[in-house]
Amino acid sequence: MLLEIKNLQARVADKPILKGIDLAVNAGEVHAIMGPNGSGKSTLAQVLAGRDVYAVTGGEVLYQGQNLLAMKPEERASAGIFLAFQYPVEIPGVSNMYFLRAALNAQRKYRGLEELDAMDFLALVKEKAKLLGLDEALLSRPVNEGFSGGEKKRNEIFQMAVLEPRLAVLDETDSGLDIDALRAVAAGINTMRAPDRGMIVVTHYQRLLSYVVPDFVHVMHNGRIVRSGGKDLALELEKQGYAWLEEQAAVGS
Amino acid sequence: MSTAANEIQAFTEQEYKYGFITDIETDSVPAGLNEDVIRLISAKKQEPQFMLDWRLKAYRNWLKMQEPAWANVRYPAIDYQGIVYYSAPKAAGGNQPKSLADVDPELLRTYEKLGIPLKEQELFAGVAVDAVFDSVSVATTFKHKLNDMGIIFCSFSEAVREHPELIEKYLGSVVPYTDNFFAALNSAVFSDGSFCYVPKGVRCPMELSTYFRINAKDTGQFERTLIIADEGAYVSYLEGCTAPIRDTNQLHAAVVELVAHDNAQIKYSTVQNWYPGDKQGKGGIYNFVTKRGKCAGVNSKISWTQLETGSAITWKYPSCILMGDNSVGEFYSVAVANNYQQADTGTKMIHIGKNTRSTIVSKGISAGHGQNSYRGMVKILPGAENARNYSQCDSMLLGNQCGAHTFPYLEVKNHTAQVEHEASVSRIGEDQIFYCRQRGISTEDAVSMIVNGFCKQVFRELPMEFAVEAQRLLNVSLEGSVG
Repeated sequence: MLLEIKNLQARVADKPILKGIDLAVNAGEVHAIMGPNGSGKSTLAQVLAGRDVYAVTGGEVLYQGQNLLAMKPEERASAGIFLAFQYPVEIPGVSNMYFLRAALNAQRKYRGLEELDAMDFLALVKEKAKLLGLDEALLSRPVNEGFSGGEKKRNEIFQMAVLEPRLAVLDETDSGLDIDALRAVAAGINTMRAPDRGMIVVTHYQRLLSYVVPDFVHVMHNGRIVRSGGKDLALELEKQGYAWLEEQAAVGS
Repeated sequence: MSTAANEIQAFTEQEYKYGFITDIETDSVPAGLNEDVIRLISAKKQEPQFMLDWRLKAYRNWLKMQEPAWANVRYPAIDYQGIVYYSAPKAAGGNQPKSLADVDPELLRTYEKLGIPLKEQELFAGVAVDAVFDSVSVATTFKHKLNDMGIIFCSFSEAVREHPELIEKYLGSVVPYTDNFFAALNSAVFSDGSFCYVPKGVRCPMELSTYFRINAKDTGQFERTLIIADEGAYVSYLEGCTAPIRDTNQLHAAVVELVAHDNAQIKYSTVQNWYPGDKQGKGGIYNFVTKRGKCAGVNSKISWTQLETGSAITWKYPSCILMGDNSVGEFYSVAVANNYQQADTGTKMIHIGKNTRSTIVSKGISAGHGQNSYRGMVKILPGAENARNYSQCDSMLLGNQCGAHTFPYLEVKNHTAQVEHEASVSRIGEDQIFYCRQRGISTEDAVSMIVNGFCKQVFRELPMEFAVEAQRLLNVSLEGSVG
């Protein structure tokens, strides 16, 4: 099993956000996590990546059998966990290429591999850019600085393509995109689907899932996964909206 | 790589093997300053009468001046009568370390991080090295080459002896001894420094640096530099080095004067890494420097680039007087204030000629309890038709105990002028660091990457070899400042 989350609980400051998440992801699977704003979807993504503003208060997470929660963010990344950020961060003055090479070589070093020299890296990056139909001009620009919303999201997918993670967590990668950008991003994600790679796709809307068809869909509400199903669940949600969750919660209490 | 570049490389790789062949003189004068001390300094240096007269005028003027108090720095009063104004170059013995084993291990670790070879470490740490190295010939070869082109590059003392007419003509022509308290003091007592003259139409084929000059090291606390580029000439000059240098003199008051004639260009790059004091703010150099260039001729250009990471206190405003029509002044600066360092630095751009242009890019980094001030003046005089200035002052804060301050002064007396000023303050964001770590980059590497990105605009103005060293130095200077 690639990832196993058991009864995971987390809080920010004094506010509990995750109240017991259970989720298992195998290599080759794409899991969509849906739910209304504030349900804890993005928190789950950030906790998996190791962001320390969230305190884990209970449960465990096994990644390839290892205790993920004991690892630093950079160790998780090097072990193959990639988070596509909802809001990719700008790093002025640092070129995309330089940043990615530093990242790739840090990861390779961690895994006991030799660092890629500039020429090999350039070849790799050009190949990936071509694969994703990414404008090469983007490579020499500073990381995310002055990028449009669509460019930022595509840049995340491009980074994923270069770093080739085992587990990709995509946090609202579809938010703020027009339909053309959405298609391009979705095509990039589909290119990255592979039998040895698991994906968790966090999204508010069904529309991304028309292009990136998930194997499983989970609905989060108030810090818990309240329903799981196949790809049809996403369509059902699209029709019904999330209001029924509130009703269900009201009935349950 | 071009031949010249090869030679430079070969030369720089050996830099510290020479430059330390110093006749050990044993005499020095008692602490304190009076006219007799100045006469003695001048006599020791076998100076012509005009030099002594100039020093004395400077001294008499200095007596009437007040130490400036406007800078945003704090330090205990300096006892000017407690300073030794003439001492022979450091002799062996005394409290000098006998070997690297006697040197502060922390300093040695820094050298290691900067990749400084062992032999050079001894020189920087002030270990008594009395071996005479065998590479004087290399330096001589370079001197010959420069000589053949008519370029004069030598110590200031030598220039006073060999080229008194040039010294008399240009000394004080950009920074007169009446200019300010520290410049006046320097004028009265300066020990030595560098002199460079590039004749008409000559493009100096190599980056000139103080390394190239024999005996450049012990120029002491009152250094004087004068560089002249005659019509159509070009010269690039490098000052300082990345290795931290210990010095027992706390006060450093240097003066640098640059003169660019018609169509001439001077590029002056500095890496300053004097001892900044310890983590509690004890010790450290007071670096009170006056640097100014005069674009005397039409279409001339003077460009200052500096990386200031050292000194407990920095008080420094490399400036340009843009007299010639169409002349250009540039100032690119990275200043770091970490621990208890205080930096008050910036520039002055004085537009006098028509169509004169100036660019100011200042990057201040504050960490620990450091206080970093940018102070800049842009002055457009009535005759400066169509003058243009662009200023950009960016500050970056690391931690929450430090400070960044900006003091821009604008004085525009010609309505055709265009003056732009942009300023920003940023913090290394937790989100930036997390973003890097999520990609596999450690916190430390993330910080240095972000800071270097912040400084890139300035570093790309430095000569290539210097730029690489500068990045490394910046990383070492800020080590541990983000936890």
